Amino acid sequence: MIDTPSVDWLALSPTLALLAVAGITLLGAVLVPRSSERAFSIAVSVAGFGASAVLAGWVFDRSPEPTAVVVESMTRDRLGALAAILIALVGLAVVLLSAGDGRRSHVGEYYALLAAAAAGMVFFVSAANLMTMFLALEWFSIALYVLCALDTHRRASLEAGLKYLIVGSFGSGILLFGCALVYGATGELGFSAIREATGADDPLFVTGMAMILAGLAFKVSAAPFHMWTPDVYQGAPTTVTAFMSAATKIAGLVLMLRILVTAFPEQAEIWSVAVAVLAVCSLAIGNFAAIAQRDVKRLLAYSSVSQAGFLLIAIAANSTAGAEALLYYLIPYSAASVGAFSVVAARERELRRPVTLGNLAGLGWERPFVGVCMWWFMLSMAGFPLTGGFLGKLFIFSAIYEAGWWWLVVIGVLATALSLAYYLNVVRSLYMRSGEAPAAGVVLAAGGSPPRDLLLDVTLGAALAVTIGSFFFVQPLVDLASDAAASLPF
Amino acid sequence: MLTTALIVVPLAGAILVWVLPLSRESTSGLALLVALAEVGLWLGSARNFDFGSDAPQYATTREWFDQLGISYSVGLYGFQFWLVGLAIVVGACAIGYGAWAERERSRAYFGLLLFLVGSLVGVFAAQDLIVFYVFFEAMLIPIYVLVGVWGGPERVKATVTFVIYTMVGSLLMLASIVALGVSKGTFELADLGTSSNDWIFLGFLAAFAVKAPLLPFHGWLRLSYTQAPPEVAAILSGVVSKAAVFGLVWIVLPHFPEPVEDFRTLVLVLASATLVYGSVLAFRQPDIRGVVAYSSMGQMGLIVLGIFAANDLGLDGAVLHSVNHGLVSAGFFLLAGMIETRAGTGVFSELGGVAKGRPILATLVMVLGMYTLAVPGSTNFAGEFSILAGVFDRGWGYAAVGVTAMVLAALYGLRLISAILHERRGSAVRDDTGDLVGGELILVVPLVVILAVLTAWPAGITERSFPANQPAAFIGSQQELAP
Repeated sequence: MIDTPSVDWLALSPTLALLAVAGITLLGAVLVPRSSERAFSIAVSVAGFGASAVLAGWVFDRSPEPTAVVVESMTRDRLGALAAILIALVGLAVVLLSAGDGRRSHVGEYYALLAAAAAGMVFFVSAANLMTMFLALEWFSIALYVLCALDTHRRASLEAGLKYLIVGSFGSGILLFGCALVYGATGELGFSAIREATGADDPLFVTGMAMILAGLAFKVSAAPFHMWTPDVYQGAPTTVTAFMSAATKIAGLVLMLRILVTAFPEQAEIWSVAVAVLAVCSLAIGNFAAIAQRDVKRLLAYSSVSQAGFLLIAIAANSTAGAEALLYYLIPYSAASVGAFSVVAARERELRRPVTLGNLAGLGWERPFVGVCMWWFMLSMAGFPLTGGFLGKLFIFSAIYEAGWWWLVVIGVLATALSLAYYLNVVRSLYMRSGEAPAAGVVLAAGGSPPRDLLLDVTLGAALAVTIGSFFFVQPLVDLASDAAASLPF
Repeated sequence: MLTTALIVVPLAGAILVWVLPLSRESTSGLALLVALAEVGLWLGSARNFDFGSDAPQYATTREWFDQLGISYSVGLYGFQFWLVGLAIVVGACAIGYGAWAERERSRAYFGLLLFLVGSLVGVFAAQDLIVFYVFFEAMLIPIYVLVGVWGGPERVKATVTFVIYTMVGSLLMLASIVALGVSKGTFELADLGTSSNDWIFLGFLAAFAVKAPLLPFHGWLRLSYTQAPPEVAAILSGVVSKAAVFGLVWIVLPHFPEPVEDFRTLVLVLASATLVYGSVLAFRQPDIRGVVAYSSMGQMGLIVLGIFAANDLGLDGAVLHSVNHGLVSAGFFLLAGMIETRAGTGVFSELGGVAKGRPILATLVMVLGMYTLAVPGSTNFAGEFSILAGVFDRGWGYAAVGVTAMVLAALYGLRLISAILHERRGSAVRDDTGDLVGGELILVVPLVVILAVLTAWPAGITERSFPANQPAAFIGSQQELAP
């Protein structure tokens, strides 16, 4: 008789629901006739992502106290559950967004990979030891590598996939090396065990911690580990970019918060400075580079680098308020990010060419709803009032000010000022250049208005509702964030 | 509740205008209706308004964001009541002008104007720093689009300059708000107490110095005021600049007594310089809107003099003069728009001789011109006199500069009048250039009537701006509320 560990199926259920989607859609790709493959995959994915979000909500409700489950390989707590809810909802939005993407091949595979990536992320955010962390990281990364390269007929997509694979593997390698060093120094794999085992000032231990941090920084595209971001975001299918920009950030940042606070509280003085440096680099590089961009996807890629900077400030605060601010800000950030890429996707489907600031011109007047949505997403990212982005930034600034780092507030404020240059540039293209004749040789979409894509409008509407709703109904969301943050040992 | 209603009505109207698929006529009609309802609501709120009470009237406080101690808190003291009224009345005239001018893309346009009015009311009614900041920033959104889409040929440059100046100022203020609010554990103005931190003070000052504007933060002024559509310029110079007045009176003075003391000389010198500089430049401008723009700048300098005198006369005068200047400059921008529509230009060298055969236009330009140059007896004179008398206490030099500027105001005011109305007939003025018609009169005459009423009874405002009619004591009492 082999001893089997007791498995907490409820804790695993959000992941399993998504894995089931991956399995079923893959089977569907083979068994369901081509004509109904898309409808089948979408229906299964919507059900699966929805179920995953609901199950994660259930876990959230049933886990007021964090518990280690499945031989202490994962933690069942509200932090992981909240992140899982967000990831599943982002995935759901992306599934709706993808419905009208006109993909001709690999339809079932696309949804299967999307669900697999999301499953990996959901597992990742609950990881409680170095092995599960690395396993889940590779799990969702490999799915994303393939997703990026899925448009095999487009060179840019293949290039994106390859670049992401190479740079991403490098990042994973660094992370793995760091794990090995930490294990070598402490002889422990579990996050809590590492904290208790700390032989303190072992240089190998600190080096390991730094390498783990660097590996995670690759995933959340924090400068100076962001080099892959613009190319991959630009080349990957837009729906995949939308998913990566929101879900990968949620997963990477939540786990970064978890491991730093749970495993390395003794070294807080070191890592909070390191995270602050990453934040400042991301803000500087992301913002300056974004100003120079003309391709909207590239611009949004650099903007996501700078947003990573803001989110890292919250981690650097190393306080409950900081964790709450991070978790709260992830909500409007994800909504605005998925929404903005949805608008890009909408324009792309219309023009059948990469979207630049130039050919975004007049979109606001041609399709008022899409224009208004994009407008609010940009304002939210820029931290304007009447959007959740404003309160998120305010919350982050308050947390870091409370932690005594007033200069980070000043840098954050300056970065916000800088970011207006390109966010408002997008708004300006939407509204203020119509009437100019298109440049010679540019063929704009002909034949009247594009077919209405109801599901895309639903995605946009939901993203807009979250962007604005998180401003007016901030308290319930912050309560959720604060329940989740309570599962961390501050 | 009534304060909230005053904020919500225009905002709801904006959403209604955006959503309903109406024709241009119906859209402008609906917008106008909302604006008039708002005026009615404001007048109605005057009935039971207790100007002497030392609690804000029609106040609402509701929990919003506990962790940071932010609450939705609005309410009106007397001076806020007048600023809100200014925003509502000028807003209604501007919307009327937009309807008369038959703006393109009317749904977007009128929605944005209503949104702007709503956020302005919100700014003036705020009793919480974050609520203030939210509306302060929110009004930038409609301004950005209104100028950028419907503005003159250099509109894009105008919006970019305006946004960069304003945002740098207001983000510095945001840093200050975070620092102040977090260290006090609340953002509510009534509980905020005082701070002696110079840097926090300077963050606030930066935002208001840009908004007013004070020298040397006025780089955005001319382009914005000349490129914006006339009715938007009217709101910009008449009302938006008063956000600085509100901020200085209700945030800076009560909560930073020591820095105000330390920096008083600096601010008074800057304000005097603004006054002289604006007036001199107004005299040198080649077109109507340029003159009004720089005269606005000068008048704002004067108002800031009154505020930083921080005594009864200065503060009363500042509030009165804010209203005066708001009405006069809004009226002038609307008139400028009407003249530009007729003549196709606002440049003096092509205007002149308009008075002959156009008596109504001539009368209105003349009357508003007289208010601009603060003819003794007018409400503008009352405001300026009160401010100068107030600032005299802080040093006779400032008052002397102020008097000089009044002379300069007479110079540019008379030049403005004569360049439009008199002198040789300009090339742009033709025989068929008509006089004002009924629709246009309805837009400007109310402003003139209010000015006339205030001329007869300036005490209507000065005695009803602060509880017990003791501004300095009231501001001081706010400082002692420190928890």
